[in-house]
Amino acid sequence: MTEQAKITPMIQMDNIHKSFGPKHVLSGFSLTVQKGESVVIIGGSGTGKSVALKSILGILKPEQGSIKVDGTEITTLSNRERKPILAKIGMLFQGAALFDSIPVWQNVAFGLIQGKGMNKVEAREIAIEKLRRVGLTPDVGDLSPAELSGGMQKRVGLARAIASEPEIIFFDEPTTGLDPIMSDVINDLIVECVQDLGATTLSITHDMASARKIADRIAMLYQGKIIWEGDKSQIDASGNDYVDQFIHGRAQGPIEMQLLKP
Amino acid sequence: MTNPLATIGRVFLNALAEIGRLSHFAAIAVMHIFMPPIYWRLALQQMWLIGYNSLPVVGLTALFTGAALAQQIFVGGSRFNAESVVPGVVVIAIVRELGPVLGGLMVAGRVSSAMAAELGTMRVTEQIDALTTLSTDPINYLVVPRLIAAVLTLPLLVLVANTIGVLGGFVIGTERLGLNSGTYLQVTADFLENADIVSSMVKAAVFGFIIALMGSYHGYNSRGGAQGVGKATTNAVVSAFIMILLANLIITVIVFGNQV
Repeated sequence: MTEQAKITPMIQMDNIHKSFGPKHVLSGFSLTVQKGESVVIIGGSGTGKSVALKSILGILKPEQGSIKVDGTEITTLSNRERKPILAKIGMLFQGAALFDSIPVWQNVAFGLIQGKGMNKVEAREIAIEKLRRVGLTPDVGDLSPAELSGGMQKRVGLARAIASEPEIIFFDEPTTGLDPIMSDVINDLIVECVQDLGATTLSITHDMASARKIADRIAMLYQGKIIWEGDKSQIDASGNDYVDQFIHGRAQGPIEMQLLKP
Repeated sequence: MTNPLATIGRVFLNALAEIGRLSHFAAIAVMHIFMPPIYWRLALQQMWLIGYNSLPVVGLTALFTGAALAQQIFVGGSRFNAESVVPGVVVIAIVRELGPVLGGLMVAGRVSSAMAAELGTMRVTEQIDALTTLSTDPINYLVVPRLIAAVLTLPLLVLVANTIGVLGGFVIGTERLGLNSGTYLQVTADFLENADIVSSMVKAAVFGFIIALMGSYHGYNSRGGAQGVGKATTNAVVSAFIMILLANLIITVIVFGNQV
């Protein structure tokens, strides 16, 4: 059984290349996430962390390389063929990305109603339960997303990501824009929800406190490649100057910040 | 110093690339109309937003234009003692050209911009990406209902605009210019042909397609935050205007070009 899980990883990205005009964002990016594992990609702003996630979702198309989700090669699939793969994936977006034209509960139930064709009454019950799961009362369900604070929006985004009980969840900068206490609350919720579902997760962040909390394994992205990866307990003794500079947040070191967008 | 030839070449190539991207988007959007699901509830909601909410502005435009037209034709016609052509020329001008074109332009100003702003904001706040992760095709959910709604609604709006435009001419003609009201309506009915109405409706449907396509295309592909959304909104309106006027010319030449 363990042997089998080792053979087909949940996500396997191999030698991904993606450029925008002259700028090579990913150049030979490879990463494997085993079933049930939580991997966090760390790296500076603009290093292509989001591009990696969006390539798996098919929102961006890499020029080269292979991406397998649960053993299925997805780079060659049409949008229609990709649908069953996407149904396995939930995502919490950086800005929560809630639909502001519909109330909170419909946001949470969106994948159930539009994606799976569930009836509204049933979907609403699940939505209310998921809202409770992330610490929100049922009356929040009738509010508009614009009426919520940043932390509450993140909770709703999390509830939406877990509503259809996906096998894989992506977290894009889950704590960005939140105060340290709310960040910790969200981190705790993420860990609990992931454990409940037994989901495989892939997260990107530059918040080390968050990475240490939600990761089993950490991978560092720099100049389009994973330059280090290992168990989170090894991060402080990585022996990698780039990793050391990043996790300690030093201005001096081998990583030179690009101040201008290329 | 940049080579002026290179600049001309670059502008030309960029224009071609943009036409290619737009055609590709249009082809995908039209293909998705035939790929279920179709979100009829959203289409109805858009029909309400496009149609009902545009009625006042389209109606007023048609009223004032029809009235001004009657006044001008009366002045011009009276030089040849031909005041009686007023009803005929008004109805032909309104139904064939001014009703659909002015109606289309007014709706484009209202609707293309609103669509571009809404979809553009959804793009930059990752709401469109979120749809993909929720097993919902963004083209089906966002673009198709807008296209269907605009193509179905614009002919109805233009029908209303035509009627009110003729009415504007009638009011000025009978109240101010002293034309006989019975004769006015009779001449209007005599001049109007089925082909005029059909061409008017065809134009309206085509303009509806252009309005929704331009709003969706520029919004869907906007980037670069608030400024990007602003640019998308402007581009949507300007390109919709130009394409409506171009499409009008093409349809007019095809339908009426051989009637000499």
